[in-house]
Amino acid sequence: MKVKDLADKLGMKILTGEEGLEKEIEGGYTGDLLSWVMSHASKGDVWITVQIHPNIIAVAVLLEMAAIIVPEDIPVEASTLEKANSEGIAVLQSPDSAFELCAKIKAAM
Amino acid sequence: MTPNNIVNMAIIKGLDAIAITDHNSVENAATCMEVGKENGLLVIPGMELQTREEVHVVCLFPDIEAALAFQEYVYSKLPPLKNNEKLFGEQLVFDKDDEIVGHNDRLLLSSSDMTLRDAFNKVNELKGAFIPAHIDREAYGIINALGFVPDDLPISTLEYKNEEGLKKLVNSGIVPKRYNFIRSSDAHYLQDISERQNEMEVDELNSLNIINKLK
Repeated sequence: MKVKDLADKLGMKILTGEEGLEKEIEGGYTGDLLSWVMSHASKGDVWITVQIHPNIIAVAVLLEMAAIIVPEDIPVEASTLEKANSEGIAVLQSPDSAFELCAKIKAAM
Repeated sequence: MTPNNIVNMAIIKGLDAIAITDHNSVENAATCMEVGKENGLLVIPGMELQTREEVHVVCLFPDIEAALAFQEYVYSKLPPLKNNEKLFGEQLVFDKDDEIVGHNDRLLLSSSDMTLRDAFNKVNELKGAFIPAHIDREAYGIINALGFVPDDLPISTLEYKNEEGLKKLVNSGIVPKRYNFIRSSDAHYLQDISERQNEMEVDELNSLNIINKLK
């Protein structure tokens, strides 16, 4: 499933440009300690995190993740979105909690 | 730990200067500064801030006014929760005779709703030093929370706890060598106050000179 299709299906808001939306989702991961995520998440994951610091983009690029999802409508720092756009990483936002998102994404895949 | 205990232990250890950095609060700083002044020890007002990213940052200020202004900002960003003394212990405020003059009711241990960037800008505006704390610790260290030190802020000094931990971070390339590294005792108990073993040179011993070396 493509990032764009998941965003549509779950009614998530797309905070970044077009570029990252065509990536193929291969799995998912949830975590907020970036050092942990860096050593445990996988290529192609959609990553759910409450961290909104620009470093999340670097982690997503490093691991070649499909996209980042920010739960509970947390506002994302402008500098994070700028970095996301320049690196072609889609950042999606949802009113759901990480728990609810996991269940919905798993069911959708 | 009371103001007189801390100041006198620091003097016994032969220290020239200490910083008081309570978690998300500076309520004991003025008293400690006063006790320090009476006993000939420089006490720098500061705070161990916990940011939204769950990163601990040592914030040091040139004077108590700046520290109190920062505290006001931090308090406005803390969740409106009350401390539970049974669970988290007492948050005491002392006077200069070590008498308890208050209990801080706020839950200070949670994160302030302030990003690293907000916090950096505020500390900078108040002419303070912004030092990510115990970067080699798992709990609340910047590396653990954010993977690496973000390069979008002009941070110049990092604090570490153990030589071994720092060596690992630098040798693996996770932390570039270009930073100033300082080691402080991060003492939560009297016996943890460090010996006279870490030093820096300043022209004249005052808070501003020390802070400017760390910026």
